Amino acid sequence: MPREVVDLPYQVEYLSILDEDGNLLDEDLEPDIPEERLLRLHRVMLQARRFDERMLQLQRQGRIGTFAPVKGQEAAQMGIVAPLRDTDWMVPSFREQAASLWRGQSMESFLLVYGGFYQGNEIPEGTRNLPVAVPVGTQPLHAVGLSYGIKHRGEDDLVVTFFGDGATSEGDFHEALNFAGVWKTPTIFVCQNNQWAISVPRAHQTNSKTLAQKALGQGVPALQVDGNDILAVYAAAEEAAERARAGEGPTMIECITYRLSMHTTADDPKRYREEEEVEKWQKREPLHRFQTYLKNKGLLSDDDIAKTEEEIKAEIQDAVDAAERRMKELEGEELSMFEHMYAEMPPYLKEQREELADELQAKEGTDG
Amino acid sequence: MAKMTMVDALNTALHEEMERDESVIVLGEDVAVDGGVFRVTEGLLEAYGEERVMDTPLAEAGIVGTSIGMAISGLRPVAEIQFSGFSYLAFQQLEAHAARMRWRSRGAYTVPMVLRTPYSGGVRALEHHSESREAYWAHTPGLKMVIPSTPRNARALLLSAIRDPDPVIFYEPKAVYRAFREEVPEEEETWPLGKARVVREGSDVTMISYGAMMRPTLEAADRLREEDGVEAEVIDILTISPLDHETFVESVKKTGRVVIVHEAPRSFGPGAEIVARLVEKAFWYMEAPVRRVTGYDVVIPLFAYEKVYLPSADRVLKATRETLATVA
Repeated sequence: MPREVVDLPYQVEYLSILDEDGNLLDEDLEPDIPEERLLRLHRVMLQARRFDERMLQLQRQGRIGTFAPVKGQEAAQMGIVAPLRDTDWMVPSFREQAASLWRGQSMESFLLVYGGFYQGNEIPEGTRNLPVAVPVGTQPLHAVGLSYGIKHRGEDDLVVTFFGDGATSEGDFHEALNFAGVWKTPTIFVCQNNQWAISVPRAHQTNSKTLAQKALGQGVPALQVDGNDILAVYAAAEEAAERARAGEGPTMIECITYRLSMHTTADDPKRYREEEEVEKWQKREPLHRFQTYLKNKGLLSDDDIAKTEEEIKAEIQDAVDAAERRMKELEGEELSMFEHMYAEMPPYLKEQREELADELQAKEGTDG
Repeated sequence: MAKMTMVDALNTALHEEMERDESVIVLGEDVAVDGGVFRVTEGLLEAYGEERVMDTPLAEAGIVGTSIGMAISGLRPVAEIQFSGFSYLAFQQLEAHAARMRWRSRGAYTVPMVLRTPYSGGVRALEHHSESREAYWAHTPGLKMVIPSTPRNARALLLSAIRDPDPVIFYEPKAVYRAFREEVPEEEETWPLGKARVVREGSDVTMISYGAMMRPTLEAADRLREEDGVEAEVIDILTISPLDHETFVESVKKTGRVVIVHEAPRSFGPGAEIVARLVEKAFWYMEAPVRRVTGYDVVIPLFAYEKVYLPSADRVLKATRETLATVA
């Protein structure tokens, strides 16, 4: 036949397990998550939400600088990292506070970084998270390289990388998928499609119907999930992790979610999107849906939630106090800017550090 | 005359040029509906429509690469990269194509495009939002590299950049965007590219700077006059490449002493090229070693230590006094 349809190996499935209110749509799809983990997921999700609100308040008071709020995307992050091991790697973009809290990063460290102190980027022992990557779409390539290393050593860990809908327009993103496909690396590509790349809506970002199908073009299987349904995200991640560990290669998961807050605190979404749209998504936000699910299962009561809220409030306050104390201590540590540039400090840099040390000392003399 | 911020002045230039020349196209991330994250492109979409003012997909190489094609086709693209820290994804397009198309096609195809992008520290921003990497572009033969320092010269230089027949990287000092207002003439004003300006005359020492660092440099010059009775000649480079050395060589022939100020890292920065030209062209007039007051050769720290990293008027003043105290 001179002209026929080519049979392509993949299609894009859409997976959801909870409805908008948090009731199970299909019990057969419900992932088997231990009770203890479900409750911990709830606790960290609530913590991520409240911490986000507190950071916004601190930013508005001028106590920290610009940051990218996570509100609305907690399930799309935590559902992914929850089924993974501590020895797996996470390669984030710049909005992964919820996933990072789950994976052992402290609230204090976020406050330090967003308070302008790079000391907050110190990697806690035993964690395998790369630091935030601000340039959009550049980091999935690192995830592929990391996972190649794992595969090369014959280990069965994997690497998960997060990026947004806007990142799928970057060339680096496509290169990462292509390399992962060719090398069959244990990589999970997670697109948090939150519908907006600052002011540009998803529909203007690309003419393709789904973002997941972009992976198909590189021979990487992909699916869409309701990103505000933590069970669907968890199930998809578990399946992708199994494939990765079995040597079957990468998967892309497109989480359909929504940025309920601003792109960063420097942004005003009222300039480009309608309040009705936000309200529509507010109804589908992940926290209340997960709470309803847990209540239906008899694992959580309103009293439990109230108690957890109180505990979290105190923990956040402790973190803010600790971070502000630490910031005060670090104020005079400007000379640390010369550290960590090279394994060995070149002589000219030592001279520059001396120059600054003299200047700071002279200044102290004048101020004193 | 109207008193404007640099954001207003740049916006005025874009309106003026889009009005005057239908081939001018503005494209970039968030430049249309949002009017640019710093509001420099505000109102352009409403005035000139979505065929000429485009929110692009999020892809810096895409923005610059398509701009090159547009420019070859006869349009005048003014592309925006939201922060200069993200322009490196477009490095290949600029270095390999924008800068060379005229040369490669033996003059048949040219790339009259402008790449506008905010640079500079001092605004409490996130990582990759505060760097000054003008040397990358100035080092590429075929590109022009312009950095205004005030609202008036920003407007006049942007008009010239858009009309220029070659690709221009136009760095906007974001620390100056809304820092102060200046009278900007009602009537159209263009300043030539490739020409530095003496912004303050003096005979004791030459101070050379550009962009956001003009403010601490001028403040230091004021204090030198008040506190030391020293008259400094201050030069605003305005175009990093092609570099106008005549203006500063003439000045140094008069003063014999020179201090260069930039916030870019010191090593291989624009100051190094300025010094080299002085050594080549004014060596026998120099009465003291040249001093560079610059950013350090480190990643610019997150904002807690940013003030210490950036050259301050105090630091400029100290270096200048040391230069003046040197007796050959």
